[in-house]
Amino acid sequence: MVKLVINGVERELDVPEDMPLLWVLREVAGMTGTKFGCGAALCGACTVHVNGIATRSCVMPVGTLAGQRITTIEGLAQGGVKHPCQRAWMELSVPQCGYCQSGQIMSASALLAAQPEPTNEDIDAVMAGNLCRCGTYPRIRAAIHRASELAKQERVDLKAAIGVAEPKEGH
Amino acid sequence: MPLLSTLVLIAVTQTPTSPEAGSHPFDDVAKVLQHPRCMNCHPAGERPLQKDTQLFHKQNVSRRIEQLGHACTTCHPGKAVPGADLPPGAPHWNMPSARVPMVFEKRTPQQLCEQLKDPTANGNRTLEQLRAHMAEDAIVKWGFSPGEGRSVPPLSHEEFVRRVDAWLAAGAPCPQHPLAPQKPATPPSVAPTPSK
Amino acid sequence: MATLSRRALLKAGLAVGGGLLVEVSMPSAHAAATPVAFEPNAFLRITSDDVVTFILAYVEMGQGVATSHAQLIAEELGIDPAKLVVEFAPADRRYDNPLMGLQVTGGSKSTSAGWEPYRMAGATAREMLREAAARSWGVPRSECVAEDGAILHAPTKRSGRFGQFAEAAARLSVPEVTLKDRDFRVIGKSVQRLDAAAKVDGSAIFGIDVKVPEARAAVVVRCPVPGGKVKSFDAAAAKAMPGVEHVVQIPSGVAVVAKTYWHARQAAAQVKAEWEEGPLAGFSTAALLETHRKLAREGGGERVRSTGDVDAALGKAARVLEAEYTAPFLAHAPLEPQNATAHVTSSKCEVWAPTQSPGLLHEKVKCLLGYGGDDIVIHQTWIGGGFGRRLSAEYALEAVEVSRAVGKPVKVVWSREDDMRHSPYRPAATHRVQGALDGQGRLVAWKHAVVTQSILGAVGKDWVRTMFAGAPGFVKSMVAGIAVPALSSEDETAVEGADTLPYGIPHVAVDFIRHETGVPVTFYRSVGHSHSAFATECFVDEAAHAAGQDPVAFRRELLKYQHRHRWVLELVAEKAGWGTPLPEGRFRGVAVHKSFDSYVAAVAEVSVEDAAIRVHRIVMAADCGRVINPNLVESQLEGAAVFGLSAALKHRITFENGRVQQRNFHDFELLRMHESPKIEAYIRHNEAPPTGIGEPGVPVIAPAVANAVFAATGKRLRDLPLTLDSTS
Repeated sequence: MVKLVINGVERELDVPEDMPLLWVLREVAGMTGTKFGCGAALCGACTVHVNGIATRSCVMPVGTLAGQRITTIEGLAQGGVKHPCQRAWMELSVPQCGYCQSGQIMSASALLAAQPEPTNEDIDAVMAGNLCRCGTYPRIRAAIHRASELAKQERVDLKAAIGVAEPKEGH
Repeated sequence: MPLLSTLVLIAVTQTPTSPEAGSHPFDDVAKVLQHPRCMNCHPAGERPLQKDTQLFHKQNVSRRIEQLGHACTTCHPGKAVPGADLPPGAPHWNMPSARVPMVFEKRTPQQLCEQLKDPTANGNRTLEQLRAHMAEDAIVKWGFSPGEGRSVPPLSHEEFVRRVDAWLAAGAPCPQHPLAPQKPATPPSVAPTPSK
Repeated sequence: MATLSRRALLKAGLAVGGGLLVEVSMPSAHAAATPVAFEPNAFLRITSDDVVTFILAYVEMGQGVATSHAQLIAEELGIDPAKLVVEFAPADRRYDNPLMGLQVTGGSKSTSAGWEPYRMAGATAREMLREAAARSWGVPRSECVAEDGAILHAPTKRSGRFGQFAEAAARLSVPEVTLKDRDFRVIGKSVQRLDAAAKVDGSAIFGIDVKVPEARAAVVVRCPVPGGKVKSFDAAAAKAMPGVEHVVQIPSGVAVVAKTYWHARQAAAQVKAEWEEGPLAGFSTAALLETHRKLAREGGGERVRSTGDVDAALGKAARVLEAEYTAPFLAHAPLEPQNATAHVTSSKCEVWAPTQSPGLLHEKVKCLLGYGGDDIVIHQTWIGGGFGRRLSAEYALEAVEVSRAVGKPVKVVWSREDDMRHSPYRPAATHRVQGALDGQGRLVAWKHAVVTQSILGAVGKDWVRTMFAGAPGFVKSMVAGIAVPALSSEDETAVEGADTLPYGIPHVAVDFIRHETGVPVTFYRSVGHSHSAFATECFVDEAAHAAGQDPVAFRRELLKYQHRHRWVLELVAEKAGWGTPLPEGRFRGVAVHKSFDSYVAAVAEVSVEDAAIRVHRIVMAADCGRVINPNLVESQLEGAAVFGLSAALKHRITFENGRVQQRNFHDFELLRMHESPKIEAYIRHNEAPPTGIGEPGVPVIAPAVANAVFAATGKRLRDLPLTLDSTS
């Protein structure tokens, strides 16, 4: 039994400890928004937040995450309101096939929570971990800037928007 | 601290890994610290190195990700999923902070040794605390059993700790012969058949 | 446009559950030869509850067809395209692509094939709704207007939703309609992607997300050499693993069936198998390259284009140039791994799969199981990238095989490594080009040999069999026996782009030297153009340099009579600032190419530092006729630039000892965000009938970059992927 808090709901799951979080989410919890792309933390399609930090769920044995707070793409919208990233993504028609975009948005929303006005270099630093075979990078970049703008205009607390009360400093 | 027995052990064991006569007590410690398994996370710049080729870590990884909602733990789990192409894991996978970067790359053993002992460079750690990192930290121990397809340092972890202890017992002296900085990219042996 | 309209047939009637169903049928290109009962394509359903659903005959794999085709219907129907509900067509001959005679999404043909019928569906429904409203209000139809999903009658200030008139409309006869050819309100607008909402919150259901009750997960262990077969296997250890229910042999390998993918994957690692490696055992791409070069130098093959007397012209030329260009095997590597779910019972089969060809899959399942066509249902899903990879059906057939073997619904999921090592690939190709310059530096002869294998030779039989499904067996064997070999020896997909060289050169010869390897191959985004444009656009650049002329001016002169090529070339040169100074260390390269009836030019800006090629900016210009949605066209061009850069700079598939050497994205790298340049896409508008844009952006990227690298270094890089590092 592994206890996790998934999108704010405490879940106790009967899964082997070495099963990666990705498969626990997809095949045990039935949440398929988090995608399988490479199984080796190389593509970022499986990105979720673990305590507010972008995390590749395909290489995380669920046993190492006991008691942690997991946010998936399904839990990103709050009270029916889409996260500024989700809205900016729609506004700029970012997705093509769309398969990588859950992961892209989870990485980007973690970035914005830590750095509400990221530079292009900031975007390069963290978004390089998410592959897009359709080639939507220019639009992802533009949409991150747009989400930052939306949040500023609407005074959205980007930390609260991903459920991080206290910013977690890097170690 | 079984210091005496350690020293005796070193003195009586003629293993191929014993220090050569006349060598400095820090030399073998330096060889381990500058092995890719240790040096890759203690690079000279902002970017960690990767694999035995010691090229910059792919995916544009740099220390700054930790200010940007990401971390080494974004991809490096507390315990790795087994597999040759998968990211290695150990508890709290991380790099030294930008404030105290503790660089192992492009350092002579003398520079490395002095840096280790310098409180302004080592985050105000005592020698005892440094020893604790090298002897007990899970991420350091990982470096000596890094999993399929990865080379290991020239000493076992136990042996390494003995050399550290010997160096400490000798008063933690630093070598005074400024050798050229050890180059990365010396192709080391590959597990599971480490050269002894 | 008019010809298509005349051929189209319309039908309307009651929708299942009430309401109006409008069907537009486009006789398929092969209808005349096909004895299949002729049935209409169904496109639009308006139900009494005011839901307007359009049935998309093409698959949405990112190219934007769910949005553009909604716009086509909305334009004529009089509704906001965002109000349309899209439904994916099941496998059914009614949804055959009229330009291909198959239910296939590929060849950048969805736009040209859909341009008329989708608008006609909208227009027909609109006219019938107007008529129904007019009758119910007792007013002249001419005074009733369709707008925003409602019929309005201004004189009496009456209005009613479409749904209100749907049933009455369904009882009317089908009117003649005339399609708008100007004053478009929805066509030509950058409507936001209609699928974006479902793709930003995780709710879009891709093939891999399909949940079928009681479905098990299966992982197939395959021979490390493609095409190899199981000799024997020991599944004892795998069967003892937790969660494992069955281990069964299927034609492609050993399938481990378990309660989750993770359980199946863990257990698959415990299967011990002996393999019959088959004909590819020992195959190596290093040796293939030598063979290719030798064959290219020997010449011969099938002459697919001949203008003037090329050998004589080369013989008396002032200057002869010669170069060889090579392109490796490539994996499509769509981000959604291959997968399919199948449920086979004793009499029926349902398959859920991300596939570019429900039609081919349907036919193959039919052949495999021997069931009647109506007993096989193929469900289409959102697709996590296609690029040609999902034209093959082997992953879905595995699911059918395993489900049949274990008697339960089964989802087969490939790992990334499985796809990297067992995909059908873009064929490797070698091009040898000889050119002659006359005394004035004019390019007067072009002799081009293409050495590669035939894609049609590999997949043609399946395609023909599906096109002629229902025909008597002897017709099928006749077509397969005559048409496929004929198509393969002059395989257009091998030489396209080379045989259509647009330049005004008096003596041109293009030869296809077919060399089969046995490596499974298939269509890849832009197909033959993906390597032929690299050869043609690099070589013309070499000729320009040899003639001492500017690469844009040299091309423009040779394109005097090819105005659409010239338009995009001139537009890209202007937008890129061709000829204007660049920041220190940056250099430009250009390329222009027509593929799939669309014209694209690109300028790449690169710098070279420590033997590393960095692309800073890509400027593209495209002419794809009338544009339905500029935003979609731009996004396809941007995506093609990134896709093209990955192939130009990052990856290749190599074989050694019959085994693919690459495994995952660490050794088959894709361009990443920090390497992605600034990309600008411009559209050269005109009113020609619309053509596709999913593929045409790809071919120009590699040559534009290679030509820029030459400008930067003086080195001609003629092998893909481009590298200045001689050690790799």
